[in-house]
Amino acid sequence: MSLADDKFLRTEELTLNMGPQHPSTHGVYRAILTLDGEYIKGMENVIGYLHRGMEKLAEARTYPQFIPYPDRLDYAAGMLNELGYVQAVEKLMGIEVPERAEYIRIIMAELQRMASHMVMLGSYALDLGGYTPWMYFFRDREKILDLFEMASGARMTPCYMRIGGVAEDLPPEFLPQLRKFMDSMPASFEEYDNIVTGNEIFIARTKGVGVLPVEKLLSYGVTGPNLRAAGVDYDLRKVAPYGIYDRFEFDVPVYENGDCFDRFVIRIAEMKQSLRILEQAIKDLPEGPIKAKVPRVIKPPKGEVYHQIEGSKGVLGYYVVSDETNKPYRLHIHGPSFINLGALPDMCMDLTLQDVIATIASIDFILGEVDR
Amino acid sequence: MDKHMSLDEVIAGLQAKYPEQLEVVEDSLQPAVRVKSDILLKVMQELKEEYGLDFLADLTAVDLGDEGFRAINHVMSWKPYRMLRVEVDVPKNRPRVPSLTDLWAAANVQEREAFDMFGIIYEGHPKLTRILLSDNFEGYPLRKDFKITSRRK
Amino acid sequence: MENLFVNISGALRGWFTGMGLPPMAVEAIMALVFLVAILAFVLLNVVYLVYLERKLSAYMQQRLGPNRVGPRGLFQTLLDVLKLFGKEDIIPNAADRWVFRLAAILVMVPAIMAFAVVPFGQGMIAVDLNIGIFYFVAVSSTATIAFLMAGWGSNNKWALLGGMRTVAQMVSYELPMVLSLLGVVMLAGSLRISDIMAAQKTVWFVVLQPVAFLIYLVASTAELNRQPFDLPEGEQELTAGPFTEYSGMRYALFFLAEYTNMIAVSAIAATLFLGGPQGPWLPSWLWFVIKVYVMIGIYMWFRWTFPRIRMDHLLAFNWKFLVPLSLANVLVTGIGLEIYKWFQTIRW
Repeated sequence: MSLADDKFLRTEELTLNMGPQHPSTHGVYRAILTLDGEYIKGMENVIGYLHRGMEKLAEARTYPQFIPYPDRLDYAAGMLNELGYVQAVEKLMGIEVPERAEYIRIIMAELQRMASHMVMLGSYALDLGGYTPWMYFFRDREKILDLFEMASGARMTPCYMRIGGVAEDLPPEFLPQLRKFMDSMPASFEEYDNIVTGNEIFIARTKGVGVLPVEKLLSYGVTGPNLRAAGVDYDLRKVAPYGIYDRFEFDVPVYENGDCFDRFVIRIAEMKQSLRILEQAIKDLPEGPIKAKVPRVIKPPKGEVYHQIEGSKGVLGYYVVSDETNKPYRLHIHGPSFINLGALPDMCMDLTLQDVIATIASIDFILGEVDR
Repeated sequence: MDKHMSLDEVIAGLQAKYPEQLEVVEDSLQPAVRVKSDILLKVMQELKEEYGLDFLADLTAVDLGDEGFRAINHVMSWKPYRMLRVEVDVPKNRPRVPSLTDLWAAANVQEREAFDMFGIIYEGHPKLTRILLSDNFEGYPLRKDFKITSRRK
Repeated sequence: MENLFVNISGALRGWFTGMGLPPMAVEAIMALVFLVAILAFVLLNVVYLVYLERKLSAYMQQRLGPNRVGPRGLFQTLLDVLKLFGKEDIIPNAADRWVFRLAAILVMVPAIMAFAVVPFGQGMIAVDLNIGIFYFVAVSSTATIAFLMAGWGSNNKWALLGGMRTVAQMVSYELPMVLSLLGVVMLAGSLRISDIMAAQKTVWFVVLQPVAFLIYLVASTAELNRQPFDLPEGEQELTAGPFTEYSGMRYALFFLAEYTNMIAVSAIAATLFLGGPQGPWLPSWLWFVIKVYVMIGIYMWFRWTFPRIRMDHLLAFNWKFLVPLSLANVLVTGIGLEIYKWFQTIRW
């Protein structure tokens, strides 16, 4: 007879609301947990607290007017979101972007990818109770944000991409500063390894936690580092290079286990690859115009396009329908966080409450993108 | 069947099998087919299992005004890279489409979102409730006839 | 300087006796004087420790830390305490009012009581009990009840989870902590604090009992509920564990208790392993403070370096590793003692 069958020892499942105000839900996300002691027996996502009706707003904005909005989707990766949007519109209109603008876009996108990964890694460490690593990651992210501020005037919501190019040319101080940042990174990587990746407690808490079989991940549509950590080498920059990614030499890090630990280290590995891309982009950066000749009023021809880019959290897609007016007829945003979050309840089943915190952090979702 | 055939071959194969219910969308930037809703599940299953387009990239809908809704599904594969749009016309008075949740778990949240925004009913969905909007929200905001009223009166 | 505080206490005692009070009353008044002195010591140190912790963590994290209020931000904690005083004391409607209110006070009691046997300097023990260590262990273990009361009385699921974790953790880690102290007691041959101090005249027990010292360090960190064992509080998981529903001064009391306990545990470590309040050149009470702060520094260093351990790992580590290890330490110490005695007999 098991303990639960004992009629004197009655056990009861506990329903627990995690969120919307909770330190580790990374925003206003709520999970309804069914707990047996500290073990998860059921989990349900409740989202939408940050819903701003982005897709409806787009229908009332002209194409250029919508550029600041993607910044507010995944607010840790503004540049990447903008890039996806402007490239979708360019695809719809058939605009050729000048060389220099393409290179600047790559530089910004890869810097943003690093910054976004740093937010994830830092808050991951913080969610596991490591306060100091958090500061290390944010210290380095600060340098990237300074670069963004230099180029665009804003740190988190740059609004730097334009349909047909970028808003401004790089200021003269930008490249030396970028060089300095890139030179400082190898030492930082070592620090990350020393304080987090090599820590016994961290390894014990993340190895083998939050694993889903690959077939399930694919069925859930999980993309990005989370999928690559499980052994699938799907990276749009390699599979279907957009922009000028086909000119760069870089590897796609792939890990095997797909647990929380792999999701952590794969992001550090990706940051190293981003540095490689940056290195080449700086070397080849040509002179020239930074914006293509685009009509003053942007009216894409009738049609529709679905454009995907490799965001920092997964594949970010924009589905744009044009009816030949200056406003999109329909704009759909396929946010990777939204999709990845869908797989979370399955991942967390039968884990402890503490593992759920680790898994939530390792999935790396941003509520701005989930709720749109 | 070869899971790596080009998209043109895939479309040709589908067209041969369903000459009546499937048409190729002309002058589209990206390859697309439009199917009748009664064969959607079958087409999707064939795409997934026989043609190797086994990843649901995106699922959404568009309001076409008087013509009704259009459910948009993007399926893809990355070895080789192929992406196909599968459209289904949905009448306005009876907005029902078969759900793809049996084929892809990813369809679950995306269909809920489309239901939330357009009121399209995905038949066979395990839990078709509002996902982003609150449960007591009235109307479907991404429909073109949805009136935006100011919160401050 | 050496006998500054001893002389003050002697003068006070003489003054009270001179007023014609019976010896019993003098003793009672002196006990009160000691209590006030201990309270003053603890409160002053806690205020400074909070500041120190924030500064230390800031330097570890390449920040500046508090630097606005007063010189180098020294008055920051003072103002924080004032702020907490001014806050509304919220008691949730659904809470068990008596248990809820009492818990915040009860948590302070064992923390302060433990200081009765702490030697602040040569001859500066408030009560030199003949079972000093036993008293310390017994008193500090009752703090568990207060945490459970807080968790249960709040009538909040997070608080309850935190309360349950506290009990599981503190009760289990009590064992290796006590067993590690046993090694010291065996060497000194007494439970009296002053005897243990005297036994370390030539060599500190940290040299003779390194394993016990390490076990004590780990187990006491767990007893203090500090990182990496801060599961009861577990900010990222349980928001604040048993204290989730507390506000204002009641919350501050829990905070205060944590730091008071830290001083107490460090003081015991300094006494039992680091030779207590003795050392060359400086007065003994200053040596004591230095040693205590070294211990506190170690605890703070732990806190700002390690991530949090998982509950099942925590308990497994205790029962499968620490407890057997501490038992083995007791065994080895016993054998070592016998061999030592045997050597002494054949020498003569």
